[in-house]
Amino acid sequence: MNADLHIHTCLSPCGDLDMSPGNIIRKARDKGLQVISITDHNSTLNVQVCIELGEENGVFVIPGCEVNTDEEVHCLCYFPNMDAINRFQLYLDSKMRNFEIDTNRFGCQVAVDKNDVIIYEEKRSLFLGISDGIDKLEKVVHELDGIFVPAHIDKLKNSIYSQLGFIPPNLRYDALEISRNITVEKFIRLHPELTNARFLTNSDAHYIEGIGAVCNKLEMKSTDWESFKNAIYG
Amino acid sequence: MIYMKNDLKSIADELGFKYLSGKNLLNREVTGAYVSDLLSDVVGKAAEGMVWITSQVHINIVAVAFMKDLSAIIVIDEREVEAAVLEKAQEEGVVILSSIMSAFETAGKLYRLLNR
Repeated sequence: MNADLHIHTCLSPCGDLDMSPGNIIRKARDKGLQVISITDHNSTLNVQVCIELGEENGVFVIPGCEVNTDEEVHCLCYFPNMDAINRFQLYLDSKMRNFEIDTNRFGCQVAVDKNDVIIYEEKRSLFLGISDGIDKLEKVVHELDGIFVPAHIDKLKNSIYSQLGFIPPNLRYDALEISRNITVEKFIRLHPELTNARFLTNSDAHYIEGIGAVCNKLEMKSTDWESFKNAIYG
Repeated sequence: MIYMKNDLKSIADELGFKYLSGKNLLNREVTGAYVSDLLSDVVGKAAEGMVWITSQVHINIVAVAFMKDLSAIIVIDEREVEAAVLEKAQEEGVVILSSIMSAFETAGKLYRLLNR
């Protein structure tokens, strides 16, 4: 199945306001994506509505989040269900830095309903790092039976390599995401120690046109969490 | 001319840095300093004998300091460093000092000290 597992909505400060759940799901369907994940920065408040719209349109939506750690490493976190993600949201709320965002400079951060009506505006900046480091985040994600994937690790900003120099040896990641700027083969040539790692490549879409620009071919028997997990663990 | 010793102990005591790890290694000479929070940048640009001024407290800082033969890591703003990091630093012979000042003040005062 075609899976784009890194998509931002209008809740992310850098996400376009046109990135409403309705628009995203329609675009995903039109692009032939069977599986997507909604991964806003440090918040999960647009996940539920995307799941519901996905169900109506035949797109399987994995509950997710792109967390910015204390070291400013971006990490993708995927969860089995809404219960897990709601508990993860409580964790985020407790670790979020209380700094009010300047919406004129950074963009708005809004949660919306199925009809694109704004139901919540997040005032705290979702772009700052949370107060927990990457190792603690990884443990929290795994305690909730989630999947932990350091994001765009080939990038020169907000990546595990840019921030931490190398992958911490004790970090239990389930896969690694590389950006569309590099191929897995090229990346492994630069990092031969990662020959046996699992890689994902996603669009990291912030605008509607970006959705599905690249995606993963996942071997999934059906559209459920177990199949997804098995496909990731391959 | 008075010759000033630029060893870690004199510098730490003069600028009020706390010793967090490697208390037995404070006779190390300091050749300069590098300020960065990107470990990839430090790996590329810091040189042997320098102190590294940073707000990063992840355990990877120990490996970077060891690999680059830095004389010490100076963690700014009294940021909390976990016990596991300090233990690792102690094991690897990496000195970690803690400054109550910001990176700007820490670097500014150190610059003056090293250049007098």
